[in-house]
Amino acid sequence: MIARLDAWCVAAVALGLAALATAPVADGGWMDVPALLGVVALTGIVCAASVRHGVTALWHSAVLVLLVVAGAAVSLDVVHAAGEQRVGPGFWLANLALWAVAWRGIDGVAAFRCMEPGRQKFFDLMVPAAFGLWLLYLWEIGVVGFGVPQVLLPAPGMIGERFVGSLDILWSDFRQTFLKAVLGGYLIGCGSGFLVSILVDRVPFLQRGLLPLGNMVSALPIVGVAPIMVMWFGFDWQSKAAVVVIMTFFPMLVNTVTGLAAAGAQERELMRSYAAGYWRTLFKLRLPSAMPFVFNALKINSTLALIGAIVAEFFGTPIVGMGFRISTEVGRMNVDMVWAEIAVAALAGSAFYGAVALAERTVTFWHPSYRERR
Amino acid sequence: MSLTFQTADGPVYALSDIDLQVKHGEFVSLIGPSGCGKTTLLRIVADLEQPTAGRVEVNGVSARQARLDRAYGYVFQAPALYPWRNIERNVTLPLEIIGMAREERRERARKYLELVNLGGFEKKFPWQLSGGMQQRASIARALCFEPELLLMDEPFGALDEIVRDHLNEQLLSLWAKTGKTVVFVTHSIPEAVFLSTRIVVMSPRPGRIIDVIDTNFPRDRTLDIRETPEFLKVAHRVREGLRAGHSYDD
Amino acid sequence: MTIDAGFADPAHRTLVSRLTAGKAGPVAIVSLVILMLWYAGAIGMNARMQIDAFQRQGVSWGLPDLVRETLAQERPLLPAPHQILIEMKQTIFDMRVTSKRSLVFHSWVTLSSTLLGFAAGTGLGIVLAIGIVHVRSLDKSLMPWVISSQTIPILAIAPMVVVVLGAIGLKGLVPKAIISTYLCFFPVTIGMVKGLRSPDLLQLDLMRTYNANKFQTLRLLRWPAALPFLFASLKVAIAISLVGAIVGELPTGAQAGLGARLLAGSYYGQTIQIWSALVTAALLASALVALVGVAERYLLRRMGALP
Repeated sequence: MIARLDAWCVAAVALGLAALATAPVADGGWMDVPALLGVVALTGIVCAASVRHGVTALWHSAVLVLLVVAGAAVSLDVVHAAGEQRVGPGFWLANLALWAVAWRGIDGVAAFRCMEPGRQKFFDLMVPAAFGLWLLYLWEIGVVGFGVPQVLLPAPGMIGERFVGSLDILWSDFRQTFLKAVLGGYLIGCGSGFLVSILVDRVPFLQRGLLPLGNMVSALPIVGVAPIMVMWFGFDWQSKAAVVVIMTFFPMLVNTVTGLAAAGAQERELMRSYAAGYWRTLFKLRLPSAMPFVFNALKINSTLALIGAIVAEFFGTPIVGMGFRISTEVGRMNVDMVWAEIAVAALAGSAFYGAVALAERTVTFWHPSYRERR
Repeated sequence: MSLTFQTADGPVYALSDIDLQVKHGEFVSLIGPSGCGKTTLLRIVADLEQPTAGRVEVNGVSARQARLDRAYGYVFQAPALYPWRNIERNVTLPLEIIGMAREERRERARKYLELVNLGGFEKKFPWQLSGGMQQRASIARALCFEPELLLMDEPFGALDEIVRDHLNEQLLSLWAKTGKTVVFVTHSIPEAVFLSTRIVVMSPRPGRIIDVIDTNFPRDRTLDIRETPEFLKVAHRVREGLRAGHSYDD
Repeated sequence: MTIDAGFADPAHRTLVSRLTAGKAGPVAIVSLVILMLWYAGAIGMNARMQIDAFQRQGVSWGLPDLVRETLAQERPLLPAPHQILIEMKQTIFDMRVTSKRSLVFHSWVTLSSTLLGFAAGTGLGIVLAIGIVHVRSLDKSLMPWVISSQTIPILAIAPMVVVVLGAIGLKGLVPKAIISTYLCFFPVTIGMVKGLRSPDLLQLDLMRTYNANKFQTLRLLRWPAALPFLFASLKVAIAISLVGAIVGELPTGAQAGLGARLLAGSYYGQTIQIWSALVTAALLASALVALVGVAERYLLRRMGALP
């Protein structure tokens, strides 16, 4: 433990000193050298303290993380102040140092073990959150620091501004694509898939005849039917919903049929011994034991639905919708707007998935995969 | 020596005040009801688990050093054969890790498969063998790098009694032939009495040693010995020990 | 017990039960039914336009005329299967493969970026999985992002990736392959993490008693144990890689590839062209998945895991 700790912290201090040596950090950014110096000094102190005790306590990590936050704030200042004059190599060295400290700190948080599930969960969430923030930070300083043309990749800050600035457009796109096409198609597709699978399960002939075909269809590039659906159902959201229906139907069918077969022979025989009929067995035993499979399909479909609706919009839409916005704004090279739209799609997709996952947790709480692991 | 597990419900004293010495060439059985820590004790000896207090020495070195030296062979409850390797390559697995030459590896595998009466099955895959044969293969795997000590954790627990009796006889003759030290975990009284030179009776919560019984049956005993009064006497004492530990009350 | 009674009848056994037993029979029958429904649908959907056409031309027509003509339209709402097959035959076999109208040419364009992306995505996925299984910080920080990256409809922004990469001079194969890579790596990472963790405690303990190092454990235990998981993922990955390549072709201005064929067909209302591209894509997907399946069976049999 001590050895690795040394490596990261020593690397941080060395890189920090190297950064100082190559000052000026930014052209005309001399003002920030004291701040940087302070950061390096603080790193040294913390490292010295940690080496003696080891990063054993959580507060060690907390200090390191705070240090990183402070350093990152200074860096952001520097890189934005530098503007057209690019930051020098010292800036990047300093950020490498920051990275080493961040890694050490996060490693400490990741190692956190505690008996209270709530606190453990909080810290388990901290780690990926910090990782995401760090990526955003790297994106920002990378884009600004290297002067990446905005057309190629806008900085997150800029995307954020654009996002806030055009909430009304984003909302109407969201309503058109998500609330109408995605949700409508999803409900119809999953619902019909579910009902047909019960029918298929009832008729062994269909089970043997339809299921292999359904399995095959799941591997096919179904989004390709989008132009046909647009031709059949017109430009508005109905055609997108139709694509979503087709895309979500087969995963649901295949998964539910598999799930209905999942109840064990002994459990079934138990139902038989109670003289339970088909429907009773279905509702009391087979549907509950099929639920993990059903939810698996619901989760797969939540992503597929969004993809289907947006891709279908590339083949023609009224002048509203997320896919429409993406393709037209790309044409106008308004890449920040595209990214704002992507952010909406990502948020909607994650929230949708999260909602389904939450429902799954409440319905199939008994499933072994949710048991607390010791 | 003792071991405490920290769990959400507070500490669990898995083992406490264990003091046991095993002499070279002995066959020691650890017997007790489930949850008495006999497997845990074996895992501590194998350095798969660390005691919270106390010391374990294997052949005069620490358990950890013994593991690093590959001083023992471990036989698990399940055969734990790799399904993608045939029997021969399963047996040579530890030799591969040690870095032995290919020819020597095959030589060893043949020798030890012969010893457990599995000659001719080298090219078969695990799923083509019965449960008893699989477990014999795993014993050959534990023997093939020629450790002084054999740690066996209920190796025949999952087998039916007829196969188990047969394997017990084979194990005994193996032990007589090789002169290894064996530490054997079981929850079967006849098995423990039949195989061992010494029986350690354990009881749960916390896991502790209740009784240590020396048996002095001849090395080349057969299953018939189980009908003799001496055998029944020892078995009775084991049963008494288990009862004294209140093992079935809670 | 009506089924038993049916089977007791020898006539039934020879005729009906032979057709409904096993899988091939039912699949064939269901396919046949679908084909018939397709024809019925084609006639029904195209009838209105055909009737209009008849009336405009002022010819008298009967039902046979209607059926014949609806199945032979140039731009039908729903082309009949044989029209698609004829179009596919013309564009696949009757044309030089270098021709811009040859489906072989377009398929190859799509296939090459599919395979490139598949290879890159698989490699990336395996490396990530090995890292995640072995490095705790990676497991805790990266794994949630790998999972949530799946909830982001990346396929939907594929065109933007292509356009943006095109703006910096990356054109043709690579941008599409990047999309496929992104789509591929996810199932491979997830499957491999699961697979590399699939050895149970017993088997890991066994390696521990041999004092095997991490690399030996990976090579001798985790890797072989993960192979079945890897192949299950690869089947998903190659299918999704093809989808990525097709969608990536949508914004390239309809130049080459199956996706471009779809888009061009949709611009000019060439439904038969759309359908033939779609069927070709479907065949390609099935062939690729089957190929992975063959490789899987070969390898697993060599490993002795299959009877």
